[in-house]
Amino acid sequence: MGVDGFSMWLIVLTTFLTPLCVLISWTSVHERVKEFFILLLILETALIGVFTSLDLFLFYFFWEATLIPMALLIGIFGHERKVYAAVKFFMYTMIGSVFMLAAILWLYAHTGSFDFVTIRDAIASGAVLKFPAAAQWLFLGFFLAFAVKVPLFPFHTWLPDAHVEAPTAGSVLLAGVLLKMGTYGLLRFNLGLFPEQARRNAPWIMILALIGIIYGALVAMVQPNMKKLIAYSSISHLGFVVLGIFSFTQAGLNGAMFVMLAHGVSSGALFMLAGILHERRHTYEISEFGGLASPMPRYATLFLVIALASAGLPLLNGFIGEFLVLTGAFQDKAVYGVLGATGIIWSAVYLLWMYQRVFYGKVTHAENNSLKDLSGFEKWALWPCAVAALVMGVAPILWLGAIEPAVRVALSPFAQVASRMVGQ
Amino acid sequence: MANLLLLQTLPQSGDYVRVLPEIILSIFGMIVMVLEPLLDEEKSQKLLGIIALSGALAAFASVWFMAHNPGLAFWNMVQVDGFSVFFHFLVIAIAAVVILTSYEYMAVQRIRAGEYYALVLFGAVGMALMSSAVELVLIFIALEISSISSYILAGFRRHEAASAESSLKYFLLGSFATAFFLYGIALMFGATGSTNIDLISKALRAGPISLLAFVAVAFMFVGLGFKVAAAPFHIWTPDVYEGAPAPIVGFMSTAPKAAAFAVLLRVVFVIDIHAIFWVIWISAALSMTLGNIGALRQDNVKRLLAYSSIAHAGYLLVAFAASPQLGISAAMFYTAAYAAMNLGAFAVVSHFANAGERYVTLEDYEGLGRSSPLLAATLTIFLLSLIGIPMTGGFFAKFYVFSAAVKANLIWLTIIGVLNSGVGAYYYLRIIVMMYMRESRREVPVTPVPFSLRLALFTCVVATIYLGIFPNGVLQFTQDATRQLVPDSQAVQSEVAIPAPVPAAL
Repeated sequence: MGVDGFSMWLIVLTTFLTPLCVLISWTSVHERVKEFFILLLILETALIGVFTSLDLFLFYFFWEATLIPMALLIGIFGHERKVYAAVKFFMYTMIGSVFMLAAILWLYAHTGSFDFVTIRDAIASGAVLKFPAAAQWLFLGFFLAFAVKVPLFPFHTWLPDAHVEAPTAGSVLLAGVLLKMGTYGLLRFNLGLFPEQARRNAPWIMILALIGIIYGALVAMVQPNMKKLIAYSSISHLGFVVLGIFSFTQAGLNGAMFVMLAHGVSSGALFMLAGILHERRHTYEISEFGGLASPMPRYATLFLVIALASAGLPLLNGFIGEFLVLTGAFQDKAVYGVLGATGIIWSAVYLLWMYQRVFYGKVTHAENNSLKDLSGFEKWALWPCAVAALVMGVAPILWLGAIEPAVRVALSPFAQVASRMVGQ
Repeated sequence: MANLLLLQTLPQSGDYVRVLPEIILSIFGMIVMVLEPLLDEEKSQKLLGIIALSGALAAFASVWFMAHNPGLAFWNMVQVDGFSVFFHFLVIAIAAVVILTSYEYMAVQRIRAGEYYALVLFGAVGMALMSSAVELVLIFIALEISSISSYILAGFRRHEAASAESSLKYFLLGSFATAFFLYGIALMFGATGSTNIDLISKALRAGPISLLAFVAVAFMFVGLGFKVAAAPFHIWTPDVYEGAPAPIVGFMSTAPKAAAFAVLLRVVFVIDIHAIFWVIWISAALSMTLGNIGALRQDNVKRLLAYSSIAHAGYLLVAFAASPQLGISAAMFYTAAYAAMNLGAFAVVSHFANAGERYVTLEDYEGLGRSSPLLAATLTIFLLSLIGIPMTGGFFAKFYVFSAAVKANLIWLTIIGVLNSGVGAYYYLRIIVMMYMRESRREVPVTPVPFSLRLALFTCVVATIYLGIFPNGVLQFTQDATRQLVPDSQAVQSEVAIPAPVPAAL
């Protein structure tokens, strides 16, 4: 067990979002309330376990343990196609993670330890027999498990289904924290244990990340369903994280970490907002709404703040992380930075266009006139997110101060790897 | 002089202690048989069950005495060591739980109890003897004792055609398979001049291994492969499991399997012919794959669990392809974990099936999570353990097996294995989905769970979770047993133990 600048903030994010999930579910969960909150808390336990484990065995243990409560949350409390979505979510993650298990077992068999630090040092000192031959496969074993979770481009199809069917709190934790398990794993294990393989595989992974950014954004733009739109925007944002991680620059990693946190707050809040509408109208279709700004002014204001934060407006949290990631990507290869930057434009397009269709204009459906504005619980759930988005945007140094040392440690092997590879 | 000879040929008192559990089981079995015709048919059911249960518990306790008298008995035919003690505990515990499960089942299905309980006890005698016998002929006799009682038990739902079919199919194919085993023994005798496992092992180690000996071991593998339902000898499993009474399926899929695996462990690792390695490799890969693929499309829960047991036999065989030090203990741990979870799953299925086993399709499980939350939660624990989710015995079982395989550099077999356990999650999950995420569409009566079944389920749940949270106690035992079984190979280190990181062995 252990905590550093990466895991600390993810734990804070988990513990920040879970109480808000409780608040937002206070009135929206009507049956099997007891089971719902049991599952939510088990999920939180497992998530914190994932982020604190420095033992590969425990890590895998908690990794798998997050699966059951999440699948049950989707499958029991979800919407129409919940069973399909729950099973799809479970199977994708399960099949991805068994490869990680095989890789962990290999490492254990050849180092005799599950301890992250012991294994890392053994690999770095070249003391592990047969490691050079197996390294690429081990890297891929871990990578596949994490890529499914992130989700990186060709493995992303479970995400929109899971999100659309999940209850609001499930979506918030899924987007806010569960996806970060994947990027955290890439950062901790793929970079930490296999620096050389990470370097070698970076080009195609970055291309996948770029495809994810642009493809996710383009698909989000044409979604008629609000929740699907936010889900695809998650794919796009998580692409930024992977891009930042595999740029191997100080700025890129700082940014990746910051995007994880920012996306946790803002997409969590977006899902809460979408859930609030669904609770009132039982639909996520954007075309069902229009002109909501007049019956629900407070809701509209908060929605705008969060949407702008997610779109990367300066002074809000999305901007800082994406800016840093793009800086890092530029330093690595300019073309990556240029392509990645288009992602920010797209995100502004789909979010603002959605905002316009939902809130501006005349009220097109008569029943929308009588929609109630935010209730007490909902305000208590949303305001912390909005405040966090603002504070993170204005004073990122509060967060980066702890992230930066961890990044420096994570990057230290890469200076050696780079010099070795140039030397060849 | 003559007296001395007589003393040597007569069994010593220690010899009897070494087969004490078998003796107690047989005596209680006979008591049940004798009492049954003397008692009133309606009233006797409970009493006979209690006699059988106390027999099983007495035998369970007597294993403790047996364990304190390690060594050979009856002219080197029976060996008491950690290995046989472990399987005695396991088999007798399974028998006890099955008897508990059957109480209610017998009443609901209107089956006469007398022979039933006696046969369970006699079957347990055979299975227990299989694990301690080191003489191939005695192993064969024990195998027959256990098989014949399971043939009869499979056909116990006399009024059902399916049950008769199950029994006949099991009998015909089973006797064919035991014939293979017997033929293997004969060939082995031809190759080495002995039927004692230790002597065979010594004879084979003395010189180059002849083709005859290899064929002999391969034949034995065929016979035992049938008993453990390993592919390609698995075809009988779904039909037999579907027709047989549900508690008996729980019994058949755990106890005889554990015993057959015990024999297989002795045959594979003590006789130790390396050429058998590829036979096991292929059989393991085939079992895992065919079992899981077969289970994907099943709608009958009993058939589904039958295919799942084929897949689990495959995972277990992976351990046989690994090195003896890690393979034996991993396989032993797996049989224990598998017994706990599978027995529990079948106990729930048999309760839920109701009179005439009407409710055994997946659809019948719809909405069970709501109508009977405790039963559904129990079944969920067993299913999660069968998937191999952390905190359950099934997880550590798979974990040890695959880590033994990786240690032996069986990378491909491990990959096939982990991929299969990923795919396998799907069909177990289907049952969970049915129970929790679907509303019931038709009325399925769920009767209250009687005390006996509660006790049985409680035992299984505790065992499953205990093995999933504190695996070290059992693991330590299996490792000690391994050391006794293959003492001449290099020292076994407790390398698989989780909390003790061993310094990198480079």
